[in-house]
Amino acid sequence: MQVSEAWLRELVNPPVDTATLVAQLTMAGLEVDAVQPVAAEFNGVVVAEVVSMIQHPNADKLRICQVNVGEAEPLQIVCGASNVRPGLKIPAALIGAVLPGDFKIQKSKLRGELSFGMLCSEKELGIAASSSGLMELPDDAPVGTNIRDYLALNDNVIELGLTPNRADCLSVEGVAREVAVLNNLSFSSASTAVVPVEHQDTLAINVEASDACPVYLGRLIKGINPDAVTPLWMQERLRRCGIRSLSPVVDVTNYVLIELGQPLHAFDADKLQAPIVVRRSRQAEPLALLNDQSIELDGQAIVIADQNQALALAGVMGGKDSAVSDQTRDIFLECAFFNPISVAGKARHFGLHTDSSHRFERGVDFTLQQRAIERATQLIVEIAGGSVGPISQAIVESALPQRLAVNLRQQRIEKVLGISLDNQEITRIFEGLGMQVAQTADGWSITPPGFRFDIAIEEDLLEEIGRIYGYNNLPSSSLLMRAALGKAPEGQLAIARLQDCLVDRGYQEAITYSFIDEAMQNTIAPNDEFIRIQNPISSELAVMRTTLWGGLLNAALYNLNRQQTRVRLFEAGLKFTRVNGETQQTKMLAGLVVGHINSEQWAEKSRNVDFFDVKADVEALFALTGTAAVFEATQYPSLHPGQSAKISDSNGKPIGLLGMLHPNLEKQLGFDSPVFLFELEQEAVLERAVPKFSPLSKFPSVRRDIALLVEDSVSAGAITHCIKSCNETLIREIQIFDIYRGQGVAEGYKSVALSLVLQEFTQTLTDAEIDALFKRVLDVLATELNAKLRD
Amino acid sequence: MSASIEEILTQALQELAHAKDLNQLDQVRVNYLGKKGVFTEQMKELGKLEPEQRRSAGQVINTVKNSFQEALDARKVSLEAEELQARLASECVDVTLPGRGQTTSGLHPVTITLRRIAKIFASVGFDVVEGPEIEDDYHNFGALNIPEHHPARAMHDTFYFDPHTVLRTHTSPVQIRVMESEQPPLKVIAPGRVYRCDSDLTHTPMFHQVEGFLVDKDVSFADLKGVVFEFLRAFFEKDIQVRFRPSYFPFTEPSAEVDIECVICDGQGCRVCSHTGWLEVMGCGMIHPEVFKSVNIDHQQFSGFAFGMGVERLAMLRYGINDLRMFFENDLKFLQQFK
Repeated sequence: MQVSEAWLRELVNPPVDTATLVAQLTMAGLEVDAVQPVAAEFNGVVVAEVVSMIQHPNADKLRICQVNVGEAEPLQIVCGASNVRPGLKIPAALIGAVLPGDFKIQKSKLRGELSFGMLCSEKELGIAASSSGLMELPDDAPVGTNIRDYLALNDNVIELGLTPNRADCLSVEGVAREVAVLNNLSFSSASTAVVPVEHQDTLAINVEASDACPVYLGRLIKGINPDAVTPLWMQERLRRCGIRSLSPVVDVTNYVLIELGQPLHAFDADKLQAPIVVRRSRQAEPLALLNDQSIELDGQAIVIADQNQALALAGVMGGKDSAVSDQTRDIFLECAFFNPISVAGKARHFGLHTDSSHRFERGVDFTLQQRAIERATQLIVEIAGGSVGPISQAIVESALPQRLAVNLRQQRIEKVLGISLDNQEITRIFEGLGMQVAQTADGWSITPPGFRFDIAIEEDLLEEIGRIYGYNNLPSSSLLMRAALGKAPEGQLAIARLQDCLVDRGYQEAITYSFIDEAMQNTIAPNDEFIRIQNPISSELAVMRTTLWGGLLNAALYNLNRQQTRVRLFEAGLKFTRVNGETQQTKMLAGLVVGHINSEQWAEKSRNVDFFDVKADVEALFALTGTAAVFEATQYPSLHPGQSAKISDSNGKPIGLLGMLHPNLEKQLGFDSPVFLFELEQEAVLERAVPKFSPLSKFPSVRRDIALLVEDSVSAGAITHCIKSCNETLIREIQIFDIYRGQGVAEGYKSVALSLVLQEFTQTLTDAEIDALFKRVLDVLATELNAKLRD
Repeated sequence: MSASIEEILTQALQELAHAKDLNQLDQVRVNYLGKKGVFTEQMKELGKLEPEQRRSAGQVINTVKNSFQEALDARKVSLEAEELQARLASECVDVTLPGRGQTTSGLHPVTITLRRIAKIFASVGFDVVEGPEIEDDYHNFGALNIPEHHPARAMHDTFYFDPHTVLRTHTSPVQIRVMESEQPPLKVIAPGRVYRCDSDLTHTPMFHQVEGFLVDKDVSFADLKGVVFEFLRAFFEKDIQVRFRPSYFPFTEPSAEVDIECVICDGQGCRVCSHTGWLEVMGCGMIHPEVFKSVNIDHQQFSGFAFGMGVERLAMLRYGINDLRMFFENDLKFLQQFK
C-alpha cells in the first residue's frame, strides 16, 4: 500500500515531521518499507505557455520558441522536443534554476541562437523515470505558477508493508485513523453527500450467492462525457499511490478504492442484458478478463453475470466484453461486499492478484458500500457529468460478518502487558480506533467496527492497547525461572560430539539442499523410491534426497572446479524415503573424501586416500559410542563392487554404507581421482553404552602370533568372527598384523598373520594350557574356514 | 719389568686418546682390562714371582691399572659428551617447517550459530527438540491458527507433496508437537531446516530457523521482552538497542517483530539496514488462545510466548556475511573462514 503524505495530511495533520510520522506508523505495526519524495529536488521551474515557435535556422531538430512565463515579456527558449507546439503549457526552467542532479540553468547559445531557459520533461524534473517529450500540462494551468506548487510536488510517497490482518489500513482514510489515534487527534473523512437522483432507470439485480455477496449495490449513470479528462490532481494522487490513470470512470473507482478502501467496478451499461446476477460460476464457464487473459471457471468461483454470460470474476477483476471504453456514455456502477472466504484463493488460482482481490480477501468494511457508491458517483459527475439513477440494492443482513462485543478485563491488561490504564485512556484508544466502548464490572465491553476483521478475543484488544501505548513503552522483566535441574544422559551422545570428531579428523561440515536433481538422485541411489515435490523451484531441486551423498558429491565437484584438490566434507541431516507406502525421515551422517590423504607438505610423499583411511574415520565415530560396528562386503549400485561395505550394528541391523564411488560414476560425474563415501544412521552412532568397570587381572598376559593360510575369499572379518565364536574366554585381543600373498603361498591363497593376547584372572598361563587352547581354535578354523597353520 | 709396565701405560694412554668413539674406547678397555687384557695378563704373571717381589710388583701394576682406569673414565665422559653434541647437532630441525598429518577443519557457520543459540537458551533450562521436515498441513498451518485460504498461507510460499503434505515452512509445528505430548511448564527451542518456494538474491528455498517457546502460569509480554533482550545481547555480545514493533502472526497475539540497532553501522544507517538504522531479526508474541485450544492446554490457566528467528540472518549479521546464497554453495573458501 502506497499513500501520498500530502493526501494523508489533508485528513489528519499531526505537528510532526515526515521522519517522525513514518516512525509512528512503523512502531504502531504499519511498517513503512520506504519513503520516496514524489519528485527530485529542483527549483526555479514555472508553468509556462509556448506563445509562438519558429524553426531554428541552423538545426533541423531545434525550434526557437517565445514562451510566456508569466512576466511582461515572453522569453526566447530553444527547444528540441518533438511535442513542442504553440499553445502548449509546459514546465519551464528559468535562468538560475537548479534541476535534479545539480544541473544549473544558464543563459546559453544553441547553434548561434540565444536561449533563456529550458522547457522540461517529467524525467528532467525527476517525476518519472523516463519520458518521451515535454511534460504537457492542462490548458488551464496558471502561467507563472511555481511548478512544485502547481503539481503539489512537495510530497512523499509512503510505502506501507501491511500485515494481512490490517486490511483496514489499505486506504488513506484507514491510515489517517491510525495517525489520528496515535497523535490524539481526530481525522476528517471524505464527503458522504448523497448525489441527487436525476432519472429512475435501474437494472434488476438478482444475488443468488448471497452467502458470498451479502451486499450488492448498483446504479445507472447515463450520458457521461466520453471526452472528459481526469483532473491533474486526481491523476497525481493516483500516480503517487502506484496507479496509472486510464479514463475518468476507471480513475474514479480506483480513487475511491485508495481513499476509502472499497473496490468498485463500472460496466458499460449498453453491453449488459439485465438482470444482473451474482452467482456461482458454471463448470467450464469461459470469461475473458480485462487484462486480456481468458480463463475457464470451475463451479466454485463467484461471478457477476448478465443474461448471456459471466461479466466479472467477483472481487477480482472485470471482464473485457462489458468494460467501459472511450465511447461509453452509460455506465452501471457496482459496489459490493464479498465475504473474504468467497474471494480467498480465487485470484491466486488464476494467477491473478489485483487491488480488489487483495482487499476483499483480507476484508472490506461491509458498512461502507452506500458511502462509497455515493462518493464515486459524486466524483464521476464532477468530472464527466451524467445523469444519476437510483441505487438498486440487494442486502442480506444475515450473511454479513458478525461484530460481537469482546470483554476486556482490567486485570488482564495488568497481567499480560504489565501496565494499568484508566477508563479515559481505554475509551480514547478504542473509540479512536472506531470501536464502541462500554464499561463493565471488571473492565470494558468493546465492539469492533465493520472494517476490523481481526478483533474477536480479549488478546486482540490487548494487542491494540500495546500497539497504541507503544510496545517499547511496555515493561520488560527478567524471567524468573522455576527450573528443574538439567539432565546429563550418558547413554546418548550429542550429534555435536560426532561433528566435532569429524572436524578434528579434517572434515569440513557442509549443508546442502534436502532436495536434489532427479537425475543425480537416480544415479547415486537407483533403487530408492523417492518423493517428488509438486511445485519445485527448479528441476535441479525437484525430488527429496534419499541419501546425503548427492549434495556432498555436488559440493565436492563445486570445490574441485574451483582449484581445490583435496575435499573432505560431512553433513548431518535428514534423508527422505518411501518404505511400504510410508514416508520416512531418517537422520543421517554422511561423509565424502577425495584427493590426497594429507595437505601437500614437505616431509612425506603424499598419496590418495584409500578405503581404510575413511574406514578409520567411521570406526572413530563408533569408538565414541563404545560399541563396535560390523563391516561386510556388499554390492551397492553406485559403489565400487570390490570396495563397498555394509555397516551393521552389533545386533546385525544395517545402519549404513561405506565405499568407493563406482569408477564409472567417478568418470561420469567428472572426478579425476577416487571418491570415498560413507553414510550412517545418526541414531546408531548416538547410542552409547554407559561404561561398566571390569576388574583387571594381576597375572601377566601372553601374546602368541600365528600365520594362517586361507583361500583369498576368506575375509579377515570371517577369521576374527570364527575365533570369537570359539568362546575362549582367555582370548582378550585379536589383532591382524599382516596379510601376505606371493612366494611361498599358493596362487589363490593368502597368509594372514594374527596375534592373540591371552590372559587368566587366577593364574599365570602355562605353555600346556596355551597350546591346548590354540589347538582347539585351530581345529575350528580348519573346519569352518579351511585354514591351515603356515609353517 | 717396571720400565716395561710404564711403557705399556704410555702406550695404553695413547690408545685411549686415539679412541674416536665409545666403541673404540671399549675395545681399548677390553684390550687392557678384559679377561685376556694386557694388565690382566700382567697380574697373572705375578704368580710366577717370589713373594717379596710379588708385593711391590703388584703395587706397580695396580697403580698403573688405576691410572689407566681413571684415564679411561675421563675419556669416556669426554667421548659421551662429544657424541651427545654430535647427535644434537645432527638432529637439529627447521622448526619453522609445518607439521605433518591431518589438520582440523570446521563446522558450517549455521551450525556454529545454532550451537550458540542453543547454549544461551540451555543455560536457563530450555530443551532442544527437533521435528519432521515433511509435515502435514495441520501441524504446519491448521493447528497454528492458519486456516485454509488464510492470506498468511500465501505469505509462506509452500512446497507441496500433496494437498495435505508440505515441507514445513517454519519450525513452529514443533511447538504443536511438543504441546500435544507434554504438559506445561514447557521451555523448548526447536532448531532446524525450513523451506519456502522462493529463490533470489535474498532468499534460498531452504534455510534454518530456531523456534522457541515457554508455557507456564502467568507468563507475560514483559517476560517475552526480557528473554528476547537478554538473548540478543548475549548473542551479539554487545549492549545493543532492541525495539519491539507490533506485527501479525496467526499463532501469536499480541505479536511483535523485533528489530536491533544495525550491527553493521551501529544504527547510523547503511545499505544493510536500508538506511533505517534498524534490522529485523525475529518475530514473536504471546501464544494465541486458538493454538492452546488445538493442543488442549487450558489457556485460562496457562499462558506462554513464542519466538522465531532466521539462523542465516543472525549468522550474516554476526560475521558480516553479505550473500545469503553462500551458505549453501559449500565453497571451502567460505566455509573454512569459520573455524
